[in-house]
Amino acid sequence: MTLEQKSQFITIKGTREGLTLFVDDLCSFDDLLADLTEKIATVKPKQNEPIVPVVVDLKNRYLTKEQTDNIRQVVENGNCFQVQAFHSAVIHKEEAKKWKEDQDLKTFEQIVRSGQVLHVKGDVFLIGDVNPGGKITSTGSIYILGSLQGIAHAGVEGNKGAIIAASYMKPTQLRIADYISRAPDYESEGVFMECGFIDKEEDKIVIDRLQNIVVKRRYLKEPERRMQNG
Amino acid sequence: MGEAIVVTSGKGGVGKTTTSANIGTALALMDKKVCLIDTDIGLRNLDVIMGLENRIIYDIVDVIQGRCKLKQALVKDKRFDSLVLLPASQTSDKSAITEDGMVQIISELKQSYDYIIVDCPAGIEQGFKNAIAGADQAVVVTTPEKSSVRDADRIIGLLEQEDIQPPNLIINRIRNHMMKNGDMLDIDEIMQVLSIDLIGVVQDDDEVIKASNSGEPIALQSKPKSAIAYRNIARRILGESVPLQSLDEQPGLFHKVKKFFGIGAK
Repeated sequence: MTLEQKSQFITIKGTREGLTLFVDDLCSFDDLLADLTEKIATVKPKQNEPIVPVVVDLKNRYLTKEQTDNIRQVVENGNCFQVQAFHSAVIHKEEAKKWKEDQDLKTFEQIVRSGQVLHVKGDVFLIGDVNPGGKITSTGSIYILGSLQGIAHAGVEGNKGAIIAASYMKPTQLRIADYISRAPDYESEGVFMECGFIDKEEDKIVIDRLQNIVVKRRYLKEPERRMQNG
Repeated sequence: MGEAIVVTSGKGGVGKTTTSANIGTALALMDKKVCLIDTDIGLRNLDVIMGLENRIIYDIVDVIQGRCKLKQALVKDKRFDSLVLLPASQTSDKSAITEDGMVQIISELKQSYDYIIVDCPAGIEQGFKNAIAGADQAVVVTTPEKSSVRDADRIIGLLEQEDIQPPNLIINRIRNHMMKNGDMLDIDEIMQVLSIDLIGVVQDDDEVIKASNSGEPIALQSKPKSAIAYRNIARRILGESVPLQSLDEQPGLFHKVKKFFGIGAK
């Protein structure tokens, strides 16, 4: 179904996935809302109509949480529409800062000794060791040029794509997002140049050769992709 | 101007007090003016190991609370004129002294002594903070056990946050045969985890216990390996470079000849 309507502020386009609302980014929000309400009112909901997903393209307009809720309400109210996403070419400064922080790779040169905790926002590159009893946490991935014998927790805010890599791995625990794996109870030797990541099929943390992460590398790019897709 | 060295470990029972007594004695043997300070208030031991228990009149708490002058509290050693002990109090607890008080005492002692050896209590609470206040250098004592190395690591972490030179390590109570069998952590493993400079390894030795019980520090004896080890540590503190003692038993000449001819034990 392709229904194209010429209008002042809102252009509706039908795609294979559903509807896309292109919103003019120069008019006031009140005008926009009024126009939207008018447009939506012309649609007569039929019985047993399947739910149509809607994507709102805001172009260069920035909306607060309240405003997006408003639009969502108008579009969904009494209709078979469901707003799936808001696309916008702009983001708030705060969000941008947080995004940058999450994306940044921070370098530390130190030994994280027993009882010490190194918490980092974003990815962390540690030149030095994490000793038994020490802990390193980050919202992103953890790369250690040295030995990891303590606890490493990557993706503390829930980023399951984070990985933990170390030149020498003999951790007491590896944690990624809300997954935990611990060292076996028997005395074991550590491994060199390996990394831990969440295997989606096995639904647990696995440790593999560092070289194999190339295959899994696409997971690492996830936050960025998420950002660009809105 | 003297130098203050704190001897610490985190874990109890690894030999801090014995090490303090012996380093102090060994430095005094080398004609240095040394003052030992026991900061383990309430559980004092250093005076017992030095054999000076019955000479104590005033202690460090008396000094800090102004009941006596610093000089009055110093107990002169019975063997060396250049060695004195500032004993801990047995009746108060760790809160009886303050970090400021320690800094003041140490800076006063530095005027007249070459080395001030501070024996630190176990733990990382107030007693530890008091002991490291005013110290210029730190010596961390550990034994080849996981728990002791773990605590040493913690202590090193805390020391690194202080305004002190990077700490040095003494590995105490080494049992050679266990290390060889791999039943004990070996020196390399410990060094890999702690990654600080090693200034001495001391073998486990019955003589040390005997000497401590009789109030004569082992460093005064000539033969035992542990005595040599403590004297070597003192020399390294003075800046000499002394190679690490070999841990193996030295085979006698007769043994070597027998080995040469391929008879006798290996």
